[in-house]
Amino acid sequence: MSNLPRTPGITRRGLMKSAGAIGAAGLILPASYRKAMAEPKRGGTFRIGFGHGNTTDSLNPALWDQAFVQVLGNTMHNYLTVIGPDGQLEPELAESWEASADAATWTFKLREGVTFHDGKDVVADDVIASLNHHRGEDSASAAAPIVEAITDIRADGDHVVVITLEAGDADFPFILSDYHLPILPAEDGRIDFNRGIGCGGYILESFEPGVDAHFTRNPDYWKSDRAWFDRVELYAILDSAARQNALITGEVDVIDRPDLNTIHMLERAGVNIISVSGTQHYTFAMDSRADPFSNNHVRLALKYGVNRQQMVDTILSGFGVVGNDHPIGRSNRFHADDLEEREFDPDRARHHLREAGLDSLTVDLSAADAAFAGAVDAAVLFSESAAQAGITINPVREPSDGYWSNVWMVKPFSAVYWGGRPTEDWMFSTAFAAGAPWNDGFWEHERFEELLRAARSELDEDLRAEMYFEMQQIVRDEGAIVIPMFSDYVMATADNVMTPDQIGANTTLDGVRATERWWFA
Amino acid sequence: MAHVWRMIAQRLALGLLTLFVVSIIIFGATELLPGDFAQAVLGQAATPEAVANIRRELGLDQPVYMRYFDWLFGVLQGDFGTSLAQRGRPVTDMILSRLGNTFFLAIYAAAMAVPLALTLGVLVALWRNSLFDRIANSTALSAISFPEFFVAYILIFVLAQSGYFPSMARMPAGADLGEKLYRAFLPALTLTLVVTAHMMRMTRAAIINLLASPYIEMARLKGMRQSRVIVHHALPNAIAPIANVVAINLAYLITGVVVVEVVFVYPGLGQLMVDSVSRRDIPVVQAIALIFAAAYVLLNLTADVISTLSNPRLLYRK
Repeated sequence: MSNLPRTPGITRRGLMKSAGAIGAAGLILPASYRKAMAEPKRGGTFRIGFGHGNTTDSLNPALWDQAFVQVLGNTMHNYLTVIGPDGQLEPELAESWEASADAATWTFKLREGVTFHDGKDVVADDVIASLNHHRGEDSASAAAPIVEAITDIRADGDHVVVITLEAGDADFPFILSDYHLPILPAEDGRIDFNRGIGCGGYILESFEPGVDAHFTRNPDYWKSDRAWFDRVELYAILDSAARQNALITGEVDVIDRPDLNTIHMLERAGVNIISVSGTQHYTFAMDSRADPFSNNHVRLALKYGVNRQQMVDTILSGFGVVGNDHPIGRSNRFHADDLEEREFDPDRARHHLREAGLDSLTVDLSAADAAFAGAVDAAVLFSESAAQAGITINPVREPSDGYWSNVWMVKPFSAVYWGGRPTEDWMFSTAFAAGAPWNDGFWEHERFEELLRAARSELDEDLRAEMYFEMQQIVRDEGAIVIPMFSDYVMATADNVMTPDQIGANTTLDGVRATERWWFA
Repeated sequence: MAHVWRMIAQRLALGLLTLFVVSIIIFGATELLPGDFAQAVLGQAATPEAVANIRRELGLDQPVYMRYFDWLFGVLQGDFGTSLAQRGRPVTDMILSRLGNTFFLAIYAAAMAVPLALTLGVLVALWRNSLFDRIANSTALSAISFPEFFVAYILIFVLAQSGYFPSMARMPAGADLGEKLYRAFLPALTLTLVVTAHMMRMTRAAIINLLASPYIEMARLKGMRQSRVIVHHALPNAIAPIANVVAINLAYLITGVVVVEVVFVYPGLGQLMVDSVSRRDIPVVQAIALIFAAAYVLLNLTADVISTLSNPRLLYRK
C-alpha cells in the first residue's frame, strides 16, 4: 500500500496504472496529500452524504446492511476488535486475546475503565448479550451465519470473556470486528438497541431513518487520539446528482459513491477524490448444478470470454482493477500475487467449448442495477466480448425491486455484488463453502473443503498462506463464479477534510471509521 | 344552504367508503409484489432461517385476509399499527413530521403558484393573442413540458451552485419560518413552475369561453372597459372550473412530488412512500395511501363546495 502525490502531467488513469504496477493496493490521495501530513486537531461539524439510507433503517445492528448504518454503528459504538487502515486487526474493547492450541477456545481480555454513554461500565455481560443478540434458533440477524460457529460464551469475572467454537478458527477475532457486532449495554441479559446507547466516540442525538443522524462528541471517550470532530451529521442523499451538488455547494463535507460517469466534473469543481482498492468485487454467478454450467469447460469458456480490462475501463471508469475469478482482493493478507492473471482469450474460450463437446453456447444472463451500478451494461459488454468466441449471452434486464430474493441464486446465471470480507477464510466460508447459504455458485469441491477446514484452524502463517494460494487457484480454475472486476471504494471530500496517510481498504469511508479517524484542517 | 351541508355530509361518507376501497386495493397490490418485508430488509444477506424468524416475529406468516383485518380493526380504533422496520415505533409518529414537511412545501408552492397562475390567466385573457399572451403561454408550457427533475437541476445549476440558495432543502431542528422558507425555496419554485401552466391555461380558457356569452356582449355594448368586464363579470362565473383545476393541482402538490423531494433531499411523504413500498413495510404504505386518498377526497369536495357557493342557481335551488 502506498500513497502517491498527484503531480502535473500524470492523469488519473495513468496514476492508477502505476499504483497497480508497484503492487500497491491503490490508495490515491490527490490534492490533500501534503496537507494530510498535518497533525490532527479537534473541532468542526463533520457532514457525510451517503448514497444509501432507507426509511426502514433502524438502530438494530442485526439488520444493518449498507454504508449509512455501518457508519452510524461505527460512530456511536465500539467493537471488540477493529480492522486497522493497514488491514491488520487492532484491539478495541478487547485489549488482548489468546487462542487455545486448537484455535477453538478464545479468551478475550476486556479493556477496563470504558463506559457507555449513560455512564455504565462496559463489562463481560454486555459483550455476551451483544453477541447473543445474533445467536440462537430464532435469530433474525443477518449476522447469524457468521456467529453460528460459537457454541458457548461465558464471563470469567467482569473483564474476561471466553468464547468456545465448534471447531478451530484462527481468524475468529476478525469476525468480531464485523459491523453487525457492536457492544451495547445489557439489561437482564438482553440489549435494548432502541435506547441508542453505545460506548463509541460520539453520542447519538437524533436519528431519522432514511433522512439523517446527528451526533455530538463523547467527552468521556477512552481514545484520546480519535474522534476529532465536535459534531457528526450523516445524511442520506440517494440521488447522485443531488449528492454531488451538496458537496459542491458546501452542504456536506464528504460524499460516498460519487457518480463515476461525471466524476471529472467533480475534480474540476475543486474537490478531492479518494479512491481505495479493496475487497469489493462484482461477479457473475453460475449455478454449477444446472446445465450447461455443470461442465467446468463451459464455465472456463465463459471466464475466457469476458474482456476484463474493458469492463474496468467502461463500467468502473477506471476506478478498479481486473479480477482473476477468485474473490481475494490485492489488499488481503494471503492474496496469491503469483497466480497468472486470466486474460480475454476468445480462442481459448472456443477451445474449452469444444472440450465440452459444444459448437456454440447460448445462455441468459440476468442483471439489474440492484446487483451493482452498471450491471446491465456489464452484462451487455460480456455478451459482446463472448460473441467473439461463439458464445451467445442474452442479457436479461431484471427488476431491481426484489432482485436478491427473486433473481440471485434463483436464475442460473446472474450479476452479483460482493463487499468482500477482510479475511480469506471469511470470504471463502461465506460464498464458496459447500452448503453455505450464500454459495451462489452452488459449488462443491472436495480438495477445497479440505483446505478450507485445515487452513481455518492452522496457526502457522506460512502454511496458511500456501493453503490459501492453492484455494485461490482452485476457485479461479474450477469455481462457478466469473469475477471480472474489483471495484474501488470511491469518495469525494471537500478541501479542508484531512485523512491519515493510509485509509482502510476493507470497506468504504476508511473502513466506515471516517468519523473517528478523519479531521478538519 | 341546507342542501350544501347535506352534500358535504354525503360526500364525506362516500369519501370514507373510497378510503376503505383504497385500503383494500393497496393491500392487495402490495401482496402481488414479489417478496415481502423479511426478504426485502435482509436483501442479499437473507437466509431462509432469518427470513422465517422475521416473518414469525412480525406475524407475516399469517394469511393475507387475517393480516388485513388485523390492520383494519386497529385503524377503526385509531391505531395505525407500528412500522415493520422501526419495531415499536408507531406509524403515526413516523409519518407526522413527514406530513408536516409535505404540507409545508405544498402550501409554500401553492402560495406562489395559485396567485401567479390566476393573475397571469386573467391578464392573458385580457390581452388575448397579444405578444404578452404568447410569451406567457409558451413559457408556462415549456416549464410544464420539461420533466420536474430537469427543471430542478437547472434551478440548482443557476441558483444553488452560484451560492444564492441551498441545494439541499434539509430543515435543521428549530429553524424559524424565515430560514425554512429560504431553505425550501428551490423545491417550491420548481413545483410552482410545474403547476402554474395548467392553472393559468384553465383560467384563460374559462374566461375566454365566457366572453362569448350574451351578457358579456351586453356589458361591452354598454361601453364598459375590457378589464372591468373580465374581473367583475366574467371571473365570478369562471370560479367553478378554476376551483376544480386548483384543487387537482393542490392534490398533486401533496401526493406527487417524490421526484422533487429526491432531488432536493427533502424528507416528505413521497420518499417515505417509495421506500416503504420497496421494503414492503405495509402499515406505512397503507397509512400514506390513506392520507393521499383523503387529500384528493377533501380537495375535490372543497372545489365542489366552492363551485356551489359561487353559483346562485346551485346555492338557492328548490
